[in-house]
Amino acid sequence: MDIRQELEKRILIIDGAMGTMIQRYKLTEEDYRGERFKDWHLDLKGNNDLLCITRPEIITEIHKQYLDAGADIIETNTFSSTFIAMADYEMQSLAYELNVEAAKCAREAVRQSGKTAWVAGAIGPLNKTLSLSPDVNNPGFRAVTFDEVVDAYYEQVKGLVDGGVDILLVETIFDTLNAKGAIFAIKKFFRDTNTPSLPVMISGTITDASGRTLSGQTLEAFYTSVAHAKPLSIGLNCALGAKEMRPHITELSQIASCYTSAYPNAGLPNAMGEYDEDPADTGHFLEEWAKEGYVNIVGGCCGTTPDHIRHIAEHVKTIQPRKLPVLETSL
Amino acid sequence: MSDQIHIKPYLRLSGLEPLIIRPETNFINIGERTNVTGSKKFARLIRENKFEEALAVARQQVESGAQVIDINMDDALLDGVPAMTNFINLIQSEPDIAKVPIMVDSSKFEIIEAGLKCVQGKCIVNSISMKEGEAKFIEQATICQSYGAAVVVMAFDEVGQADTEDRKVEICHRAYKILTEQVGIEPQDIIFDPNIFAVATGLEEHNNYGVDFINATRRIKELMPLTSISGGVSNLSFSFRGNEPVREAMHSVFLYHTIKVGMNMGIVNAGQMVVYDEIEPQLRELCEDVILNRNNENNEATEKLISFAETVKAKGKVEVKNEAWRTASVEERLKHALVNGITDYIDHDTEEARQKYPRPLEVIEGPLMDGMGVVGDLFGAGKMFLPQVVKSARVMKKSVAWLTPFIEEEKKNNPNALNGNVKKILLATVKGDVHDIGKNIVGVVLGCNGYDIVDMGVMVPTDKILDTAEKEKADIIGLSGLITPSLDEMVNVAHEMKRRGMQQPLLIGGATTSRMHTAVKIAPQYDNGVVHVLDASRSVTVAGSLLSEQKSNFLDKTKQEYIKLKTDFENKKVVKDYLAFSDAQANCVKIDWDNFTPTTPQFIGRKVFEDYDLAELRSYIDWKPFFISWELHGSFPDILTDKKVGEEATKLYKDANDLLDKIVNEKWLSAQGVIGFWEAKKTAPDTVEVKNGENNVNLQFLRQQIKKAPGQPNLSLADFIRPAEIDHPTPDHIGSFSVTIKGIETHIKRFEKELDDYNKIMLQALADRFAEAFAECLHGRTRKEFWGYVKNETLSNDQLIKEEYVGIRPAPGYPACPDHTEKYKLFDLLGGEEVTGIHLTESLAMYPASSVCGWYFSHPQSQYFGVGKIQQDQFTDYVTRKEMPTEDMQRWLRPILE
Repeated sequence: MDIRQELEKRILIIDGAMGTMIQRYKLTEEDYRGERFKDWHLDLKGNNDLLCITRPEIITEIHKQYLDAGADIIETNTFSSTFIAMADYEMQSLAYELNVEAAKCAREAVRQSGKTAWVAGAIGPLNKTLSLSPDVNNPGFRAVTFDEVVDAYYEQVKGLVDGGVDILLVETIFDTLNAKGAIFAIKKFFRDTNTPSLPVMISGTITDASGRTLSGQTLEAFYTSVAHAKPLSIGLNCALGAKEMRPHITELSQIASCYTSAYPNAGLPNAMGEYDEDPADTGHFLEEWAKEGYVNIVGGCCGTTPDHIRHIAEHVKTIQPRKLPVLETSL
Repeated sequence: MSDQIHIKPYLRLSGLEPLIIRPETNFINIGERTNVTGSKKFARLIRENKFEEALAVARQQVESGAQVIDINMDDALLDGVPAMTNFINLIQSEPDIAKVPIMVDSSKFEIIEAGLKCVQGKCIVNSISMKEGEAKFIEQATICQSYGAAVVVMAFDEVGQADTEDRKVEICHRAYKILTEQVGIEPQDIIFDPNIFAVATGLEEHNNYGVDFINATRRIKELMPLTSISGGVSNLSFSFRGNEPVREAMHSVFLYHTIKVGMNMGIVNAGQMVVYDEIEPQLRELCEDVILNRNNENNEATEKLISFAETVKAKGKVEVKNEAWRTASVEERLKHALVNGITDYIDHDTEEARQKYPRPLEVIEGPLMDGMGVVGDLFGAGKMFLPQVVKSARVMKKSVAWLTPFIEEEKKNNPNALNGNVKKILLATVKGDVHDIGKNIVGVVLGCNGYDIVDMGVMVPTDKILDTAEKEKADIIGLSGLITPSLDEMVNVAHEMKRRGMQQPLLIGGATTSRMHTAVKIAPQYDNGVVHVLDASRSVTVAGSLLSEQKSNFLDKTKQEYIKLKTDFENKKVVKDYLAFSDAQANCVKIDWDNFTPTTPQFIGRKVFEDYDLAELRSYIDWKPFFISWELHGSFPDILTDKKVGEEATKLYKDANDLLDKIVNEKWLSAQGVIGFWEAKKTAPDTVEVKNGENNVNLQFLRQQIKKAPGQPNLSLADFIRPAEIDHPTPDHIGSFSVTIKGIETHIKRFEKELDDYNKIMLQALADRFAEAFAECLHGRTRKEFWGYVKNETLSNDQLIKEEYVGIRPAPGYPACPDHTEKYKLFDLLGGEEVTGIHLTESLAMYPASSVCGWYFSHPQSQYFGVGKIQQDQFTDYVTRKEMPTEDMQRWLRPILE
């Protein structure tokens, strides 16, 4: 089914945190390695994306839990599945396969659930950034080039599309130039393959109360910089909890010509680094935004669980979605 | 539900901030000085690799009003792609430049693309055209669109550049159809450049170029209303090269006519625009004739303008700072100088005011206090930030210094003249503590608000504080402290104030202090008002409330609040679960010692570093705490671009770096450090025996006693040293270090003499950063070189700040080993005061204040933690191990005793 038709009718629910759920399985180094990587020369515990290959049944099960909780859109477990991010584990050559397998895990979960749902291929921000120098003494230096970023994302997009995703989701953007690399790669991929582009969702991250991205842009400057992706939706995720995110979502809902999305963390981390906002609280926050007409897609990021998603879905299900703005054709 | 939103098809660009071009925006100035073809100076700077100065050109453009900056590196002597890449990357780290959108300008598409790869914002590409045919045009437009850039399209086709009105319109329309129908570019993202050519060249066929452009512009806007029109305006006056007044007049007249018909952006020298109405009428008339091709039979208008031009002497306009404020009244000038922190004219203006007012004191009480009142209001409203306020204070002090001799003179003649009603606030850092940056800032801020400040400095004993307060008749006493033992000192001061029956309120501030500690420990000691002040900006309101009729109300409210806090605190105390000390010891960190071979350091004993290279240390500086010391909160470098404080933070950062240049180049400070390594073994659960030559030293550690989650150990630093009973051929080691920054005093004194609090506080803050940087640097070298347990470590400064390294360097007195008295052992091992250059005060603060010390642990499982509260059983055991009197130990460990 075309997701646009559904977005006209109701607020769609995107799933919650993958990492938080994986933690619950208390996996060991051996679990991460599986049979295939039992002799790998580096520690693999913590390489959550790798589980799509070594423990796919766990990833599928988590997706399934979110679908059962009410998610309409589930994100593939591919936040770091690029050859750039995988260099930490010296697993660059696995990037394509990770994306294909992750997409399959998500597809399988949708099949098992028997419901209509969309698989969004998650494209993360990379661990290297194009707008900032890692060397304070050399502000002109960059740890990675735009071309490398495009190559990495191109391969990821190919893997996700080959694995069968319905949507591409460029998320947790803290450096807009990295996101522009992803958009460039997506456009290039569909031009090269001469196929119609999949819908693209874009979600940035505002890291502090000043309302700017890590790379220094205001929210509107950020939106302007990625608008050429002609995205299905623009939104915010991660970094701040719902309470702190509210003014930014308000602003975005005023300026975005496409649908809007919001999936905040479960509050801010406490002194122990844990997220402890109640599912009911998250649900109430998002319900209020929905009533104000700010959002079309809502869900959770770090620290949220199927319980959070269930509450969110419950709270917003009868509320009308934000109406798309009227795009005028004259000045 | 809100009403449905309407979005207009405006051209939207962005740098760090958005730029939306609406019909009412009128005209967008695109800065042209960062173009090597347009600016010889810029070209030279780029060729000579002087990128810093080249950045200054860009900054100057933005400051003089350029809303977009054009960057062009098309020079035969330059390698365009790296030049463009490097310059744009550098701009990205300059928020005051990067805030505006960038126009990437080149005749070579590969240079354009190189530029696009470096900019996060939405740029303008300048330019593409159909010069090489449609296929190439579509290809380049598609690439621009993939980067999300708007495009300038030159009116240029396979035949050539359009010069007539019809050709201009026809080519632009053809390009428009291709871009919108085949490439999918939005109409509003298209900017046409219908070619501005030189007029008044003497060739008659050039005479109508101005008119052609104006008419074409009008028709293009009618035909394709969403598009923009731009052009390189300086081409127009090419034949008047060298005659700037005439050129500027021509540009101004031309823009006046083209803007009316729809030209909405242009490449201009933003600092040099004359206003149409201010052009000399005769010149304006002549320009108009030439541009509109009027009265121009046989080049008549052209010749008139040429002969007029010869009479206009290029007056050699000098760029001046905005000095308009100098013409205002003396009161206004003083206010301007105070608010903007300008000391250039302060002596002159103060003198003028002194002569105007009957008495010198009235200058202070009148215009100066009024000006500072404005500063105080702006600061209170969050429109000024601390670094600016400190600069204002510097202006104030200079002005007062000018007046002081006159006031003294008057005092001699009339001793009663000065019984003013200024309230007095006494400030001191308590005994045993040497830190005073925060206290100095509070002093400046309160001073700005009209209080008379008596600053007693650091390490002031209780009696001296209270004696002075009585003698000086202080209205308020403020105490500051940074290390934990200072908290006890403050309790002591409060206690003494009660005993002496004093009346004035007591303010508590400083990094270790808290509202909770003040409420629970200090307030109960003294009945006439104890208030915790969070930071300098709050000190003003608190002092204000305490010195007005609201005083009793305010104190009552504060007291109620503190009583509630205290009750809550006492009720809460029981919640936590603790283990018996022996159980906590049993639950120590489990380390597989049998299979771990410790690395042996390169030497045993100590190594001294005299005069360590400050330039090297500079690269290790962690800037975040620096900004926090100025009450600018946020992470670095984001804070430089912060919406609210970014501008001030950037200035502060620049001032800091300027001062750093001096400190480093002129060797103001010297860095002295000592490190040492010794064989060590754990001889009891919380005791480590260190072999120092023939002697053994026993280090005593404290252990977490709170009940942990299953599987989590109760940590003690002793756990990271191998137990004596493990039999292993390679001995284990412990290390320690101390670093200090010396030589600050003479410079501080000089700044004090110059009444320059701003640089004084800056220097103190930087010395602190150097000490921390030195500690970071030596720790790095220890890991890689001296101890060498991670020889191939490669961590960025960021990762260092996030403590991603292997091994730790905890300091006695901090959470992992909260007992300050272990510092005695640390400094003995390192050779004492003589070798380390550090003196320990009776509270075990280190002097010079910019000093850091700590232990080195190398085991990969060693980690930072907080001991937290401990129970009586551990305390009793610890007292026995330490062989110190119970009361002394109680005093030192009070913060962690239940």
